[in-house]
Order: sequence, then structure tokens, then C-alpha cells
Amino acid sequence: MTNIPMNAALVCASLLFVTGLAGVLARRNIIVVLLSIEIMLNAAGLAFIAAGSRWARPDGQIMFLFILAAAAAEGAVGLALVLRQNHSAKTIDIDAAGSMKG
Amino acid sequence: MTILFYIGAVLAVISTVAAVTRLRIFHAVLWLNASFLSVSLVFYSLGAPFAAMLEIMTYAGAVMVLFTFAIMLVGPGPDADLQERQWQPGPSWIGPSATGILLLTGFIFAIFKGEAGKTAGASVGPVAVGASLFSTYMLGVELASLLLLAALIGAFYIGRRDDAPNEKGDRQ
Repeated sequence: MTNIPMNAALVCASLLFVTGLAGVLARRNIIVVLLSIEIMLNAAGLAFIAAGSRWARPDGQIMFLFILAAAAAEGAVGLALVLRQNHSAKTIDIDAAGSMKG
Repeated sequence: MTILFYIGAVLAVISTVAAVTRLRIFHAVLWLNASFLSVSLVFYSLGAPFAAMLEIMTYAGAVMVLFTFAIMLVGPGPDADLQERQWQPGPSWIGPSATGILLLTGFIFAIFKGEAGKTAGASVGPVAVGASLFSTYMLGVELASLLLLAALIGAFYIGRRDDAPNEKGDRQ
């Protein structure tokens, strides 16, 4: 095991996060928007892992585990909403979600 | 190990950018899978083998299967490519890109301002993670299980068919 500069790991995490953010803002396909949210959560997890590795503590990996659970829950509910919208509005354009109720 | 980290990081950034910009949904999902695998390489090189394994199992395995099933159920439709091109005019990327670059500048300024140092270079294995997880973070584990149960019930409720007959036998 060698020492990796923290700056490199954090810059990688912020690049991934910013890419995900741009995807959420720019895309209109609702599945790609959910995918971009997963990218952002994954980038946050990478920052936690890097911080845990900085002090050689398990806490970073544990926070990553919690992020993983949150991402899985978000993905399941989000994709159920996609199916719901596709069933009622016959489109996966995220703008059509504005007319959803009930 | 250092070279492994840089290879993983570069691959992760490239495949994530590809995942966000691909027009076909399934191509985006495959690129994202490549991104998750590269991030797991980064985790391994940072000395977190347990997290690297979980990344492959949960993200590259379970979450991607979820997305694949959703795409299979939604279906791209005959004119999906045309629709995607209509949804993707170039100018719609200007605002998000500008926001992203501004945010990234702030991040990089903050990162290089402080003394972040280097990683410890020690590997923290599953034993240490498990021991800490089920002692110090026991409450967190319980809350995470509750969250997953709530997500399961919520997804089941939201995803139910509208035209299924309800308890009285009449249609909603």
C-alpha cells in the first residue's frame, strides 16, 4: 500500500459529482436523471472512502454503506415512480411529472 | 497501487461523462456500469477492499439490474432516438455546464487551499468495518433497515397497477 495524495481523490470525487449534477440539470429523460443522482451519491461515497483512508479508520466505509442503503432505497422508489408515470402519461419526459397527482 | 488509483480515477471520469451524455438509455446504463467498476478499483487502491466489493455487488449488480428492468418495462419505443434528439438541443447544456464548472472551481479552490495530506496507506479490512458497524453504528444499521423496508413498501404501493380490482371487486 502506498500513499495517494488526498487532493487527487477529492478532485476525482468532485469531478464525478459535478458530472452527475450537470446530468440531472440537463437531461429530460427521467431514467437518466435517476442515473445521474446515483452518480452524485456515488461521488459522495468516494469522498467518504478517501477520508476514511486518510486516517486509516473504518468510519468512512461505514458512511459509504449508509449512502449505499439510501441510494438503493431512492433507486427503487424512483424507478417505481417512472413506471407509474409511463403507465399514466405514456412518456418518460420529466416535465410530464408536473401533472402527476395521487 | 498509486498507478492503479490514477487509472481507476481517469476511467471513472471518462465513463461517467459518457454515461451522462449518451442518447440511448441502455448505452448510458452500460457506461455507468463501467464507471462503477472503475470506482471500485479506486476504492480498492485507497485501501477499502470491503467497500470495493460492495460497490460491485450493490451498484454494478443490484442497482444496474433495477435500471435494466425499468428500461425493459418502459421500453424505448420505435422513435426513441428521434425523441431523445428533440429533447437534447445543444443550448440546454450551457446552463448546467456553467453551474458545474463554477461549482468545480469552488471545490478545487477549497481542496487545494487546505493541507489535505496523503492517505495513510493502510488497508482497512472487513473485520474492522464489521466490528465498528455493529457496535458504534448499531442505531444507524437499524435505521437503514427501516429505510429499506419503507422503500420496499413504498415501491410496491407506487408501482401497483391502477386497473387491478380493489377489495370490493370494482375497478378504481
